[in-house]
Order: sequence, then structure tokens, then C-alpha cells
Amino acid sequence: MLAIGLTHYLVLAAFLFCCGLYVMATKRNAVGILIGAELVLNAAGINLVAFSRYETGLADGQIAALFIIVLAAAEAAIAIAIFVNYYRLLGTIDPDAGDRLRG
Amino acid sequence: MYEAIAFYLLAAVVAGSAFGCVIATNIVRMALCLLGTLGGVALLYFLMAANFLGVVQLIVYAGGTLIVIVFGVMLTSRAAGVRLRPKRSEALAGTLICIGLLAGLVTLLVRTAWPAAQSEAQAYDVAWLGNELLSTYLVPFEMVSVLLLAVMIGAAFLAQPSGKDKEPEER
Repeated sequence: MLAIGLTHYLVLAAFLFCCGLYVMATKRNAVGILIGAELVLNAAGINLVAFSRYETGLADGQIAALFIIVLAAAEAAIAIAIFVNYYRLLGTIDPDAGDRLRG
Repeated sequence: MYEAIAFYLLAAVVAGSAFGCVIATNIVRMALCLLGTLGGVALLYFLMAANFLGVVQLIVYAGGTLIVIVFGVMLTSRAAGVRLRPKRSEALAGTLICIGLLAGLVTLLVRTAWPAAQSEAQAYDVAWLGNELLSTYLVPFEMVSVLLLAVMIGAAFLAQPSGKDKEPEER
């Protein structure tokens, strides 16, 4: 129990992933769904760095995690721009309100 | 020994604030909980000897992405307290699926015997990572650069005031 290994990090990341999944599935606010996506991406980052630290010993995982951080920032910027437009159009941020397919 | 104490402490912070995101019904509180998770994950990166990554996580994620999210909250919440309580059936289904998935994943992870563990942490300095990024990982690096440019233009285009609001002023 005292020696921290790969499994500890992977279990923590699995918990983080499930929390993010629940947040994405149930929150009634589009920004909340974005927050859930950030949790899932962080879980993936922990996994990558843990594998690179405990298994390969190479820096691959760290570089992949670096790309994840960049992609998450890009995703957040685009998502917020879309949400602002959505709010302006429908007057609410509930993702269920935008179910009309006709423009 | 110290590593174990630090890990359990940080894991408690990360898992606790992630769970806070799950149970929070106020979007501002969710953003605050996300800050706890991001900071904890950055410290976990430090613990895994990924120093540069921890710094980047703090600067870009906790300093940049979170600010963007908070701006989004401020721009889209009309009333102060927007409730985001899910329907009971949705919450039940989500809880069941997530607990099932978590149980499955944890069972799988604990039972798997991972080969060839590295006992010594290998710390890479920034110069080495930079060399790797501009030699082995040059193609993804350039693709991310183009993507960032596209995102910048796209976000500015999407967030501009719509044509209807602007036309009367221009005429």
C-alpha cells in the first residue's frame, strides 16, 4: 500500500473519468458539460504521464499530455464561442432547448 | 514514504473536487471545483517527475482554460443562481452506468499485472522535451499550430455580433 505504483494512478484516473462522464451526461448547463469534458481529458493526461513514468520511461506520454492540454484549450475556446451564440439565439443555456433542426 | 503521503493527499484533493463537480448544482461552484482538480493534477504531474508538464498545466489549464470557462459562465447566466439539477431518471441512469463502469475499470486495473515497472523516475528537462518536440514530434506540433490558428479565427468569427444587430449602424 505504501509503494505508489502505476495502478494507483490508473485507479484515480478511472474515478476522474467516471465523474466527468456523469457530469457530461446529466448536467443541464452547457458550460457544465464542458467542465465534464475537461475532467475526462485530465484523466487521460494522468494515464499518459503515469504510463510514461512507470512503464516506458520515455517522454512520449508527457508530449502526448502536452498536446492534450493544447487541444483542451482550443476546445474550450470554440465551445464557449458556440455557447455564447446559443444563449443569444435561444435565451437559455439548457442543451435540451436546442433540439430544433430547422434553421 | 513521503511519496505515498503526497500521493494520497493529492488524490484526495483531485477525487474530492471531481466529486464536488458531480454534486454541485451551481455552475460557479462547479468551476471552482474544477480549479481544485486541475491544480491537484498539476501537482500529481510534479510527483511523477513531469515538471514542465505540471507548469504548463498550471499556466494553460488553470490559468487560461478555466478563465475562459468562467467568462462563459458570466456571459451565459442571466440570473445569479442557474439551477442545473438533472431529472431523477437521468440522474439514476447516469449513476448506475458510471458506478458500473468504475467498478469494471477498477477490477480490471487492479487485477492486471503490469510488466517491467520503472522504479526510478526519469526527469526530462525542458531542452530535451523541446528537441523531441521539434524533431520526432514535428508533424503533430505543426498540426497543432495550424489548429490553434484555425481555432483563433473560428472563435472570433463565431463570437462576433450577428449580422442583424450590426446592419442598422452601418447604413
